[in-house]
Amino acid sequence: MWRDAALVAGKDLRIELRSRIGLWQVVPFAVLVLVLVAFAIGPDTASLRNAAPGIFWIAVLFSTVLSVQRSVAIESGEGTRDGLRLSGIDPAGIFLGKAAAVGLQLLVLQIVLWVGVTFLFNVRVHVVWLAIATSLLATVGLASAGVLYGALSAGLRVRDTLLPILVLPVLAPVLLAGSKAWQSALDGNASSGAEWLRILIPFAVIYLVVGIVLYGPLQEAA
Amino acid sequence: MAPVVQFRAAVALAGRFPALAGVDLSVQTGEVVVVLGANGAGKTSLLRTCAGLLPVTSGEAQVLGVDLTTDHTAVRRHVGLLGHAAPLYDDLSAAENVRFAVRALGLPAAAGEGALERLGLVGRLRSTPAGRLSAGQRRRVALAALVARRPALWLLDEPHAGLDASSRQLLGELIGEAVADGAAVLLSSHEPGLSVPLSDRVVVMGGGRITDARPGGRRPPLSALPPVEVPDRGTTGAWHVA
Repeated sequence: MWRDAALVAGKDLRIELRSRIGLWQVVPFAVLVLVLVAFAIGPDTASLRNAAPGIFWIAVLFSTVLSVQRSVAIESGEGTRDGLRLSGIDPAGIFLGKAAAVGLQLLVLQIVLWVGVTFLFNVRVHVVWLAIATSLLATVGLASAGVLYGALSAGLRVRDTLLPILVLPVLAPVLLAGSKAWQSALDGNASSGAEWLRILIPFAVIYLVVGIVLYGPLQEAA
Repeated sequence: MAPVVQFRAAVALAGRFPALAGVDLSVQTGEVVVVLGANGAGKTSLLRTCAGLLPVTSGEAQVLGVDLTTDHTAVRRHVGLLGHAAPLYDDLSAAENVRFAVRALGLPAAAGEGALERLGLVGRLRSTPAGRLSAGQRRRVALAALVARRPALWLLDEPHAGLDASSRQLLGELIGEAVADGAAVLLSSHEPGLSVPLSDRVVVMGGGRITDARPGGRRPPLSALPPVEVPDRGTTGAWHVA
């Protein structure tokens, strides 16, 4: 399963590097979200600082949808969809590989957004380990849930419009816990922030396990 | 020896639609069976069912000893399907596509190299992204992946489509080599002139059933026949007897 996951992740990442859709579309989109919301809030520094964690995670959430749509699109052709089913790769390995590829892209995106938030909103992270732990756990949850719902919508003609409706409500706990934990990391309140990790950990574990179990049947149904 | 494919009154559904409506078919090791029929006769569905892509809902269906009525997915890694659409990633090169197909089975990446050369995918073609290849070249890449995986059952859905004359001849040679290696081939076609000469047996489908069966026209592959020198073409004029 792990060998299969590495193979699929390598393939997806290579395709993303070649197509540069992540670089030229997803990253600019996420930065645009930051800038537009900053414009909407106005020049008040205190308001911007308070809103920074929420805006950061909203940008990550929207970008997750784009990344997952792209991940689904890679396998959307009739030939490639059948090819992957006939490849001999364990469906759990496919799920883990695709989630790993999406997760890695989201981590890179978060580094860019972190820099953006620092300059645009004039904020500084005081508890770095908390911010990193939050990002890692949230990324596992976002990528797992995203790829799972991506598989659910994969065979549908309306998948591009349906996926955000399906997945955004499901990702709401990550938005909430991520924003609160990041707020604590900005405020230097580690103990308060660590409480929110208790939401992110089960979210990540549950969607990881459910994805491993259900990806195969969902792939067949699609 | 048990047949590679053994169907008795097999019914397979594509969604709610009965794609196969009671198929009786047996394919032996080393046999090439050509499936003819009009559009919608069930040829593609038969191949997809054999590949484990369509579930068999009633009747008996065994492929390579796997009972498709209980688990239609287990057979997939042992068959090779060349469908209408080539299973290629447009952003990966021809070599990367073949390497991915080979490594997915746990075979060494080197296994794909010979197949790429065999299909003439060398030089610039090897490193060209699949999305920039012509339809015929994409078909050759898909064939290279199939050859490299060395499946026990080849399922070829209109394999001559999009291929030029030399590639069609090469396809015939590859089929000959595969059956000589002990594989079985099930080939659907709208071009009996090209496919029947490759076959041991021809079956005709209509309405999701086998409606007719007759002997094929397989002869030894041209490359297996001794060359004959034709005096008036000089020393370079080696010809094969067909």
